[in-house]
Amino acid sequence: MEQQADAAGFAMWLFLLTEVMFFGGLFTAYLIYRNWYYPAFVAGSHQLDVRWGTLNTLVLIISSFTMAMGVWCAETRRRSGLVLCLILTFILGLGFLGIKTVEYSEKIEKHHVPGLHYSLQSFTHPETDAAAVKAGDKPLPPDMARHTEIYFSLYFAMTGMHALHMIIGIGILGFMIFRARAGAYTTGHVTFVENFGLYWHFVDIIWIYLFALLYLISRHA
Amino acid sequence: MSEQKQHDEQAHHIVGPKVYVTILIALLVGTALTVWASFIDLGFWNPIIAMAIATTKATLVVLFFMHVKYSSKLTKLTVGAGVFTFLALVGMTLSDYISRAWGRW
Repeated sequence: MEQQADAAGFAMWLFLLTEVMFFGGLFTAYLIYRNWYYPAFVAGSHQLDVRWGTLNTLVLIISSFTMAMGVWCAETRRRSGLVLCLILTFILGLGFLGIKTVEYSEKIEKHHVPGLHYSLQSFTHPETDAAAVKAGDKPLPPDMARHTEIYFSLYFAMTGMHALHMIIGIGILGFMIFRARAGAYTTGHVTFVENFGLYWHFVDIIWIYLFALLYLISRHA
Repeated sequence: MSEQKQHDEQAHHIVGPKVYVTILIALLVGTALTVWASFIDLGFWNPIIAMAIATTKATLVVLFFMHVKYSSKLTKLTVGAGVFTFLALVGMTLSDYISRAWGRW
């Protein structure tokens, strides 16, 4: 049994490492393009609202805490405690996606979604855009302004892939809540809960870096 | 005997609520710090401070929430090797990009 648990944990870590490499590619692309088209990436970043980003960071960190407590409940065979922790994690996960939806719809309204309807208005005429005015943005020349589309492509690719991981995680959480109510994980078989915990914390770590890279590092540039 | 007992304790180590609450508070403080720091104009240092705080937070999550501090040597080595490979790949890619068109970026 001990060996089986070790092997399962090891396998989970190997899977997480492939995930690290996957997100690492996106992070690297972001860093390279940010260096190339620095003014465009700064102006793009100024369109994000730090308040939403901070709130989402807090929601996700607390959900990581409730998940960790869930693992502890499973290990110490507290069935109702485990169910409560999983439900809280589930709700916080949905809360995160809800806030992300608010942010995405703002981007759709302002035509900041890359594609045919993309608008350079906020970047070539920052005086017409409240967020750009607040950040004190100066007008970008059109050839630099169009590179903001790369910023938003990477923004949607990275936060979208992260959100997809959240959606998958929330789905698995729903399944686990039913199984936990039936007492599945509180009889000594905690591997599934533990490995899901690893996945959930990994998704949290990705967001910690996304928050810093997308929202924070370009506030004063 | 004592070695065996130690091994068992390590293998069955259960991390308790006290540790989790402490780490939660540390992560919340870290988040507040990094947001606060982003509002101060530190020029060149802004991104470095943001990434340093993010890395500290991530390390806390890995060590305590993900139990790596209490895990087997195999797990520790796996995580360490993963971080090393990640840094090597990103570092070499970035150094290539930054050195090709030297002075023309």
